Amino acid sequence: MTTMTVAGVDVDVNDEGFFEHPEQWTEAMAPELARHEGIDELTAEHRKVIDFMRKEYFEKGTGPTVRVLGKKSGVSVKELYQLFPKGPAKVAAKIAGIPKPRGCI
Amino acid sequence: MEPTIEKVSIIVSKGSLEGVYPGLIMANGARAEGIEANLFFTFFGLDAIHDKRIDRIKVGTVGNPGLHVPTWVGAIPGMSWMMTKYFARKMDGLDIPPVREFVEMISDTGAGLYACKASVDLFGFTKDDFVPQVKDIITVGEFYEIAAGGQIVFT
Repeated sequence: MTTMTVAGVDVDVNDEGFFEHPEQWTEAMAPELARHEGIDELTAEHRKVIDFMRKEYFEKGTGPTVRVLGKKSGVSVKELYQLFPKGPAKVAAKIAGIPKPRGCI
Repeated sequence: MEPTIEKVSIIVSKGSLEGVYPGLIMANGARAEGIEANLFFTFFGLDAIHDKRIDRIKVGTVGNPGLHVPTWVGAIPGMSWMMTKYFARKMDGLDIPPVREFVEMISDTGAGLYACKASVDLFGFTKDDFVPQVKDIITVGEFYEIAAGGQIVFT
């Protein structure tokens, strides 16, 4: 575990950069976290996915897979990959301050 | 820096349920990790993209020791159908989509789906026989061009 400063606040992250404590995340951190992932501008669509990731995580204890995102977030699989080319579930989880989803699908 | 995989090309050569899913899961999983992925369907693997066969992919119940069913039991008519139903139910519970939906989803992730020309000619298929997600029918040489610079996985 290491400490990283995001938007002026110290947060705990794992070796891959995922938040250890999702409650340390604030919305103000999202743009900076996104830039780390190569996303220069967070659009409303990005935010829709990020909000859904957090909602699912707090409801179910784990972030959603891409399939679940495509079915329930209101953003299609095709669009998800346009928004997060490096892997929607993985990258959105990192920006949303939740652990990496572990589903295989 | 840890080494990473940037690109995979996965060959699906079998037409049974247990032959088709591993390749699909690996391709989809690769895209989920941001890895470029291509799928190349050859021989009986073509059933996984054949519009009239894609919904009828079945578990092999004969000569399949992993199933732990005696061969003569596996040969009873309806056995393969029954086992397939059983797996379909289990997979649905685990949120693993049916083959057609999975192929559509993988295509939506940006992975390329290709049919092997030699096999297509062998079975007398045309592009119209396949689901619309299939980008092209390609030769083995073209496959290697597409796969260049990445890993190749044969299933």
